[in-house]
Amino acid sequence: MVLLSTSDPTGIAYVQTINLDGESNLKTRYAKQETLSKTPEKEKVNGFIKCEKPNRNIYGFQANMEIDGKRLSLGPSNIILRGCELKNTAWAIGVAVHAGRETKAMLNSSGAPSKRSRLETRMNVEIIILSIFLIALCSIVSVFAAIWLRRHRDDLDTLPFYRRKDFSEAKPKNYKYYGWGWEIFFTFLMSVIVFQIMIPISLYISMELVRVGQAYFMIRDGGMYDEASNSRFQCRALNINEDLGQIKYVFSDKTGTLTENKMEFRCASIWGVDYSGSKGDLQSEQVAHEVEVDGMIFRPKMIVRTDPELLQLAKVGRESQRGKHVYDFFLALASCNTIVPFVVDTPDPSVKLIDYQGESPDEQALAYAAAAYGFMLIERTSGHIIIDFWGEKQRFNVLGLHEFDSDRKRMSVILGCPDKSVKVFVKGADTTMFSVIDRTLNKSVIQTTEGHLHSYSSLGLRTLVVGMRELNNSEFEQWHFAFVDASTALMGRAALLRKVANNIESNLRVLGASAIEDKLQQGVPDAIESLRMADIKVWVLTGDKQETAISIGYSSKLLTSKMTQIVINSNSKESCRKSLDDAIVMAKKLTSGSIVSHNMEGSSGAVITPVGLIIDGTSLVYVLDSELEEQLFKLASMCSVVLCCRVAPLQKAGIVALVKKRTSDMTLAIGDGANDVSMIQCADVGVGISGQEGRQAVMASDFAMGQFRFLVPLLLVHGHWNYQRMGYMILYNFYRNAVFVLILFWYVLFTCFTLTTAINEWSSMLYSIIYTSVPTIVVGILDKDLSKRTLLKHPQLYGAGHRQEAYNSKLFWLTMVDTLWQSVVAFFVPLLAYWNSTIDAPSIGDLWTLAAVILVNLHLAMDVVRWTWITHAAIWGSIVATWICVVCIDAIPMMPGYWAIFHIGGTPVFWWCLLIIVIAALVPHFVVKFIYQYYFPCDIQIAREAEKFGNLRGHGAIEIEMNPILEPHQR
Amino acid sequence: MLMVAASQQPLPCPVQYHHLQGAKRVVEIVERYDAECVPDAYKSNKVAYIKNGSISKNCTKLLKVDKLMKAPIYIYYQLDNYYQNHRRYVKSRSDKQLLDGLQNNDTSSCKPEESNGGLPVVPCGLVAWSLFNDSYIFTRGAVPLKVNRKNIAWKSDRDHKFGKRVYPFNFQNGSLIGGGKLDPHIPLSDQEDLIVWMRTAALPSFRKLYGRIEEDLHPSDLITVNLTNNYNTYSFGGAKKLVLSTSSWLGGKNDFLGVFYIFVGSSCIFISLVFLLLHLKDSRPCGDATFSYWNRKNVSL
Repeated sequence: MVLLSTSDPTGIAYVQTINLDGESNLKTRYAKQETLSKTPEKEKVNGFIKCEKPNRNIYGFQANMEIDGKRLSLGPSNIILRGCELKNTAWAIGVAVHAGRETKAMLNSSGAPSKRSRLETRMNVEIIILSIFLIALCSIVSVFAAIWLRRHRDDLDTLPFYRRKDFSEAKPKNYKYYGWGWEIFFTFLMSVIVFQIMIPISLYISMELVRVGQAYFMIRDGGMYDEASNSRFQCRALNINEDLGQIKYVFSDKTGTLTENKMEFRCASIWGVDYSGSKGDLQSEQVAHEVEVDGMIFRPKMIVRTDPELLQLAKVGRESQRGKHVYDFFLALASCNTIVPFVVDTPDPSVKLIDYQGESPDEQALAYAAAAYGFMLIERTSGHIIIDFWGEKQRFNVLGLHEFDSDRKRMSVILGCPDKSVKVFVKGADTTMFSVIDRTLNKSVIQTTEGHLHSYSSLGLRTLVVGMRELNNSEFEQWHFAFVDASTALMGRAALLRKVANNIESNLRVLGASAIEDKLQQGVPDAIESLRMADIKVWVLTGDKQETAISIGYSSKLLTSKMTQIVINSNSKESCRKSLDDAIVMAKKLTSGSIVSHNMEGSSGAVITPVGLIIDGTSLVYVLDSELEEQLFKLASMCSVVLCCRVAPLQKAGIVALVKKRTSDMTLAIGDGANDVSMIQCADVGVGISGQEGRQAVMASDFAMGQFRFLVPLLLVHGHWNYQRMGYMILYNFYRNAVFVLILFWYVLFTCFTLTTAINEWSSMLYSIIYTSVPTIVVGILDKDLSKRTLLKHPQLYGAGHRQEAYNSKLFWLTMVDTLWQSVVAFFVPLLAYWNSTIDAPSIGDLWTLAAVILVNLHLAMDVVRWTWITHAAIWGSIVATWICVVCIDAIPMMPGYWAIFHIGGTPVFWWCLLIIVIAALVPHFVVKFIYQYYFPCDIQIAREAEKFGNLRGHGAIEIEMNPILEPHQR
Repeated sequence: MLMVAASQQPLPCPVQYHHLQGAKRVVEIVERYDAECVPDAYKSNKVAYIKNGSISKNCTKLLKVDKLMKAPIYIYYQLDNYYQNHRRYVKSRSDKQLLDGLQNNDTSSCKPEESNGGLPVVPCGLVAWSLFNDSYIFTRGAVPLKVNRKNIAWKSDRDHKFGKRVYPFNFQNGSLIGGGKLDPHIPLSDQEDLIVWMRTAALPSFRKLYGRIEEDLHPSDLITVNLTNNYNTYSFGGAKKLVLSTSSWLGGKNDFLGVFYIFVGSSCIFISLVFLLLHLKDSRPCGDATFSYWNRKNVSL
C-alpha cells in the first residue's frame, strides 16, 4: 500500500513488521509531501502509480506516482506491506497496489508440503523388496504347482485327493478345473492371499499408535514444560517423530528463538570507570524509579537493574567531576535516540507507565536505563524533548538530529540545553566512534574504555560508545546553515546530510560506553554447545543486522574467538561469485592446513581453525536460485557455523531447501514468528516456538515448544529414543511377519503347492492382530535404550541417528537371514519330528502357531532394553493370549482341528519340540548379538555398559570429547 | 556376559541321550506290501489289477519279530506320497453333515462328491469317499492274534464331531468307487476307521492307527498277515506299508528329535568354549569409552 497521508502532520507512520521479518521494533514510513494535504473523503485524488511486478523482496520497492502533474519516486519507505501493524499512528490512508495473493507477505509464504519421515521413506523401499519376495514366493509356488499338474495330468481325473471329474451326473465333467493356465493363475492369486501378511500392513497402524504413544510421553515430559508461558510441548505432526533422531542441520531464527527479544541494559563504562552492576546484585529488590509530575506518578514500563554506586552518582548530579560525566552520559542516552515516550494507563489512575517505543530495541533499552538512573524522557516532539531529572523537568531543544545509518554506524543529536549551551551527543558502534574521537584528550580514559568495551563484547554484550562535544556559536551557526541547506536539498539529500553529520561528529570527547544484553533465552549457549557436540550443525538465519547477528553469535557461543569469520557482503552476482571463491579457498586452507600440521605434529596440540561463515541477505539474493548455490553449499559444509543476516522469509526457506536438496541429511527449522513459517514448512522437521510473536509459526510447525533449549531434550533424548524404537520396530515387524509367512510357505511345498495351511485361518488372522502386535507397540513406546541422563551427558550418542544405526539395509538383510533361519527351524523341526506319524494337520498347525508366536515374542524380549511391568505384561500376556486363543479355536466342534491342541499337548514330543525350536532358532540371534556387542560395540552399547556398571573409564573420554583435537586418543 | 554365553548350553547332555534312547527303545516292524501283493501277471499294469474287481485282492505276508515287543503294540497303515493335505481334498468335506446328517442340506463344500443320482451322500466329500479299505488279519503261528479295533479314534471326535444318529446313506454308490464302504446301520460316531481317516494327515507321508495287539510279541515269533489289498495307490505312485510299533514316552520311533537335541547342545557347548577362549585372550572392558565411535573417529582423522 502506498501511503498517502497519515494522522501525523509530517506524514510519518510507525509500523511494526513483526509478522514479516520478525523484528519487533518500530519502523517509520513516510507519506509523500505532495499527497499529505489530500483528504480522499472530501476530494477526489487523481493520480497514476506505476510500480514493479509483485515480488517477494520485502526490503525493496520501486515505483513512481504521477499526481497533479508531478512525478514522484516511491521507495520501500513509502509503502506499508501487508502484515504490518500501525503503531502510534491513529490513521493512515494509502492506495493498495498489490492485493490478495500478490502481496509480498503472501508471496513469501509457501504452501505446506506434506511430510513423511525419513525412516518411513526408507521403509517403503524395504517394503518393495518384501513385495518382490512375496511375488517370488508366489511365483515359486505357481511354477511348482504347474509342474505338478503337468506331471500328473493323466491321473488328475481320478486321483483320490484331486479328482478332477465330477461323477455325480451321467456325463462326468470337470469340477473346478479351468485348464492348466488358469489353474496356475489361480494358484498365484491364492498364494498372494495366503502370503500377503508378508507385507506388514498392520505395521502402518502400529506405527501410528506408537507415534501417538511417543507423542504422549514427549508432551508429558516435564523437562520440556515452559513455566513462563505455561506451555507444554506440542506434537502437531504425528508422522515424523523418528526424524527427530536424525537431524543434522538446525536452522534457527534468532529473534524470539535464541533470544527473548528483550534488550537489557547491563553495564556502563563512564569516563573510564566500569559500573558493571555486579556489586549491586546483592540488592535484588529493585524499586522502579518513579517520578511524580502534576500529581501523577510516572514509572517506566521496564525495570532495569541498577548499580547502586552509579545510582548515587547520578543522583548527586553535576556537583562532582565524576557526577558531571555521569550526567552527560545519561543525558546522551536519554536524548540521543528516536524514542517516542508513550504514556500507558494502569489500573491505578494515579500511576502511569511510560512505554518507550522506538525503532531499535537497543535504544529502548538505553532509554529505560537512563530512566532508571533518573533521566526520564517524558516527552518528545520534533522540536524539543523533556527530560525529568530526579523530579526536575528540563526542556532541551532538539536543534538537529542525524539519524543512524549503516555507513556511519552512529547517530547524533544536537541539543540546546536549558543553560543555553549547545551540545552534540553522538552514540555509535565502537569501530566508527573511535575514529571520530579526539584521541589527544584523556588518553587514559579512551584506553580504559577500549579495555572495557573489549571485555563487554567478549561477554556477548552489545556495546555502544557515547561521545559529546560542546559547540561554540560559530560552529553551531556553520552547522546549522549546512544542515538546513542539506535537509531541504532536492538532489542527494542523504549524501549531503551524511556529509554534514560527518563534519559535526568529530573531535569528540568520549563519555563512556554502554553495554546491552540482548537477553538470550535460558540455556541457549548450553543447548548450542550440546547440539554442536552431537554433531548437529546450527545455522542462524535472522532478519537482523549483521553486527547484531554476530554479537548474538558470540553471546550464544555459536561463534567463538578461536573461529575465523568469513564474511560475504556482496552487491552483485560477480562480486558474490568472487567472494565465494575466495572464501572456499580460505576455508580449505584453514581446515586442510590444520590437518597437515595435525599429522606432522601428531598429538602436540595442532589446531583446526573452525570457520564461521557470515553471509547477508543481499548476497543470498544472488546466490539462491543460481549456480552459486553449489558453491555456497560447498563453503557452508566446510564451516562449522553459518550465520545469515538480513534474510527475507522466503530466503530462509531457500537456504533450507539448498541444504535439503544437496544432502540426504535431515534438516530442522526452528522459529517463532510468521517470518519463519516458510522455513518451518520447508525443513524436514519444523519446530515452532510458542513465544510472543503470534501463533503463525506454531500453526505451521510440526512440533511446538516454549523455549529453544527444549530442542536439546527433544532431539537428544526423545528424538534418539523415537528413532531407535521406530527403527527396531520396523525391522521387527518385517521379521515377525516374514517368519510366519515362511512357515506357511514351507508347508505349501509339502502339499502339492496348493496353499493349504496347517495353521487355521483364525490363527493366521489373529497372528498379527492379537498374538504379536501388542508387545511391539508397547516396546515401541516404552523401550529406552539409554537413560535420559546419559543421553544428555553424552550428546555424541546422537550420532547413532546420523549414521542410521538403527535401520539400514545391512540390518535389514541381517534380519532377513535371521528370519529365514528361524522359520526353517520352526518349521522343519516339527516336520521331521512328526514325519511318518499319525499327526494331523490342525495339530501340527497348532504347534507351528505356538512356536512362531513364542519365538517372535522371545526374540523381542531379548532385544528389549528397559523392562517395565507393561512390557512384561505385553510380552508374556501375548504368549498367554495365544495359548488361550488356540485352545478356544480348538474347542469349537465345527472346526476341523477340534480338540487338536489337547491331543498334541498330551504328548511329550510336542513340548520337546517347542523347547528345541525356541533354543535353536534364537541361538544365532543371540550369538550374533553377543559378538556385535562385545567385539564391535556401538556407542550406545558402551554407554549402556557405563550406565549399568557406573564405571569411571568414561571420565577421561569426556575430557577428550570437550576438546577432541587437543588430545587424539590412542587406539 | 560370559556367564550368559555359557548358559546357552541349554540342557544337560543326559537329556539328549535319554531322547535318543527313548526313540531307540521303540521297536518297529515296517512292511511295504503294495508292490509285492500284485500278481506277476499284472506287475506291468498295477492299475488294471486294482481296478479289476474279479481278481482276489487277498495277500499274505510274513513278519518276523526281532526284539521283544511289549503290549500294546500299535498297528498302523502308512501311506506315502499321499497328499491328504491337498487343498481340494481338505476342503471337500462337511463337518456339519457329519454331525447332523441329512438334516444339513448345505453340503456344497463336498463337491465333487456331494450327491449321487440326485440323492445326497452321507458322509459326503472326497475325504470320506477315499476311505482306506485294506484290512489285516494277524496270526501268530497258528493262533489268531486278537486285534483290538476299538478306541482307535479320538474320543473327542467320536463324541462331538460325528453324529450318533447319523447313518451312512447313498455312500460309495457312484460310478467311481474311491475306497471303503460303510455299514449303513452303524452310526458315524462308531465308524472309527472313518473317523481316523477323516482326521486328515498333515504330511504326505503319514500313518493311521488300525488297531492294537494287546499281547507281547516275542523275538523269533513269526506273524502271518492276511491282508486284502483293496486300496488304490498305484494310480499315483503311492506306497502302502503295514507298521507294527510299540510306544514309548516319546510317541513313535523317530530319532530326529534326539539327534537334533544333541546337535544343538553340542553347538552351544562349542560356542561357549569359543567365547570363553576369546574372552580369556582379549577382553574389552565394559563401558570403556575409548572404543566409542567418536573416539575412534578422531584417531582416524
